[in-house]
Amino acid sequence: MSTTAAPTRTERLAAGTADYLDQRTGLGAAVKTFARKIFPDHWSFLLGEIALYSFITLIISGIFLTMFFVPSMTETVYHGPWASLNGVQMSEAFSSTLRLSFEVRGGLLMRQIHHWAALIFMASIVTHMFRIFFTGAFRKPRELNWLVGFTLLILGLLAGFSGYSLPDDVLSGNGLRIADGVALAVPIIGTYASYLLFGGQFPGQDLIPRLFTVHILVVPGLILALIGLHLFFVVLHKHTQYPGSGRSNKNVVGYPLFPIYVAKAGGYFFLVFGVIALMGATMSINPVWSYGPFDPSPVSAGAQPDWYMLFLEGALRLMPGQAEIVIGGFTLSLNIIVPAMIVPGVLFTALAIYPFLEAWVTGDKREHHLLDRPRNRPFRTGFGVSLLVAFLILVLAGSNDLIATHFHLSINDITWAFRVLIFVGPWFAFWVTKRICLGLQRKDRELVLHGHETGRIVRFASGEYIEVHKPLDAHERWIRVQHDAIRPLEIEPAEDSRGVRRKGYRIDRMRQRISTVFYEDRVEPVTPAELAAAHSHGEHDSLAAADAHAEVTAGVGAGVVSDGRDHLSADARDH
Amino acid sequence: MKALAARRHDRRAPIVLLLLALLLTGGLYAAFAPSASAAAPTSASADDIAKGKQLFQANCSTCHGPSAAGTASGPSLIGVGAAAVDFQVGTGRMPAVMDGPQVEAKPVQFSQEQINQLAAYVASLGPGPAIPTAEEVDPAKGDPATGMALFRTNCAMCHNAVGAGGALSRGKFAPNLWETSPTHLFEAMLTGPQSMPVFNNANLTPDEKRDIIAFINEQGGAAPGGLDLGAIGPVSEGLWAWVVGLGLLIGAAVWIGAKSS
Repeated sequence: MSTTAAPTRTERLAAGTADYLDQRTGLGAAVKTFARKIFPDHWSFLLGEIALYSFITLIISGIFLTMFFVPSMTETVYHGPWASLNGVQMSEAFSSTLRLSFEVRGGLLMRQIHHWAALIFMASIVTHMFRIFFTGAFRKPRELNWLVGFTLLILGLLAGFSGYSLPDDVLSGNGLRIADGVALAVPIIGTYASYLLFGGQFPGQDLIPRLFTVHILVVPGLILALIGLHLFFVVLHKHTQYPGSGRSNKNVVGYPLFPIYVAKAGGYFFLVFGVIALMGATMSINPVWSYGPFDPSPVSAGAQPDWYMLFLEGALRLMPGQAEIVIGGFTLSLNIIVPAMIVPGVLFTALAIYPFLEAWVTGDKREHHLLDRPRNRPFRTGFGVSLLVAFLILVLAGSNDLIATHFHLSINDITWAFRVLIFVGPWFAFWVTKRICLGLQRKDRELVLHGHETGRIVRFASGEYIEVHKPLDAHERWIRVQHDAIRPLEIEPAEDSRGVRRKGYRIDRMRQRISTVFYEDRVEPVTPAELAAAHSHGEHDSLAAADAHAEVTAGVGAGVVSDGRDHLSADARDH
Repeated sequence: MKALAARRHDRRAPIVLLLLALLLTGGLYAAFAPSASAAAPTSASADDIAKGKQLFQANCSTCHGPSAAGTASGPSLIGVGAAAVDFQVGTGRMPAVMDGPQVEAKPVQFSQEQINQLAAYVASLGPGPAIPTAEEVDPAKGDPATGMALFRTNCAMCHNAVGAGGALSRGKFAPNLWETSPTHLFEAMLTGPQSMPVFNNANLTPDEKRDIIAFINEQGGAAPGGLDLGAIGPVSEGLWAWVVGLGLLIGAAVWIGAKSS
């Protein structure tokens, strides 16, 4: 901009406002810091933004819905445009949902936007979470932020369940009945817990108002606060980046927040909102009028919860009913305790503690700002895939009746197949994934050592044939050799030099055993010595794989094993 | 043609061709797919019974026996009434083509006149439920709200909340009801074909059956909220949320992140 041109009216107004705010709040300094903040660029870093933006969509559409929804279980008689329910007795909650859908202008669109946004919210949380998992972005210093994200996932489940139960229809009532059954199955306190939740015998008169408070106040309040903390941590730790030439644990390579990411992320909000609005406008979701007002007696075929709760339904469907045992007149409902408490308990605990477990068995106390390529961590990648496969099998088991009708199969056979698969499938998926990762690492080694195949066969005068390979360029090679080779832990011996038993040896030995499970099978990255050998006389195979690795990797330039990395300051990494 | 030739090696060309091929196949199928039509039932006479007997012996006696008294492979039809014949043959379920978990509906094998003759013959073997009159099954005369209450108490646990169908044990299933004619709905309730229980007129009165027909008649049309996604509930909603929603959004993310540093 030219300094001589007189500022226009708009410019003067903007400058005046900015100056007014800056003098009173010191906003200028904050804007300056944030505007210059560097973010690395990759499409997978936008997955968390889908969750954030669908949550904003949820709040906006949710506020609209609260204007018309009546959270009451008072009985009323419906008179309205939906013929199949005309003159039917129902709760105020159900009747106001019908009014919202059929009589309030734009009401059905808002309901559908809200519900689709909820499904997208949960789906994007899971996708984002597994992006973090597979690339190892949960490693130090980000373990606490992993737990914040994990808590957001659980709160998302709660928000979804309390939300779709609000209209008081038969389908969600079936879900509440299951929740009641799960509460009742808790040993000793079960009955009291159920009476406390429902304000008496199920379904009672209090539940909908209570769910309403949980759904519009408690859970979204917590989610909002934790999203704040989640993003604060992102700013504090700075964003991770994928490995590549020029990127290290000490820098962040990317574009500044302003104007690049303000435009990209801001634009992405409108895309997220647009896709959700498009779905809300064209695809029917949760047509409560089809299910009718809640009545404890009917259950229709194909009664399932929303997708993120479907794994619990699947676990219940897989569990044989005979597991209920009676001890001295007290019933222990293992047929409910196992699928509804132990199965989700195992899955979620594994997910929550994995970062801490991995750090412990790796013996890794360094900060990590460079992401892993999933293939370079075969155990972790296999473990993540097996968790997803277990979840998927449970989801499919929860849809067993629909699989039976759509593919003309026997529901009994499907259920038995899933009962076997839930034990075999995750192990098999783990094994296959780990093998694929190791195979990809071998391919990386092969490429680094030999280069790309060119298809050119050359015959020498002596009669010898060789195939000409094109060597990788420096950037291609760096991506394939930059990572650490992680080996099983080595521990101090059981007894010290004077033959006294060492404290903590047993724990160390256990740690070493788990570490062996994690890292015994591995393909180590090519060392410069191996590379040089391959280039000079092609006899790299005769070299011992990677004993020389640690010292020479540092020579390549990453400083992965240099001492300084433990002490890097946050400022040094900031551009 | 020059433009076409230039675009032929575009990497999107196979996708476009695939979509065109799918469109063509779908269009041809829609144009040539057989459509069923039903004729109005007429009253029976001795002549009809005689012709029905001939049809029966030619087409049904292998399984049901020459005198319709049943064999090891088919039940006795004495006393099942005209309603059962009209339903089983009128929906194409009989004559059955093969053994299976259950006999499924298929294109109807006989004209309505022949079906009436068969029905007249079977009805003559012993008293049983008759084919309902047009008034008994007229959805316009029923109350869909009462029908909704009756349907979800008696039918929804197998046929799904809106009659979209559901699974039964060992490969059997309760079919979708949206394309079934009101007469066949009434007859199914009255005679209880295959796995379905009998809802006789003491259990569900003819008026209540008509209310249920009125309720089913309201289902399966255009959903108020847009595409009904099969009307099978949250599983298909979840599937589409992942496929369409996350699919589009990840596509958009890849697009935004494409010009990377």
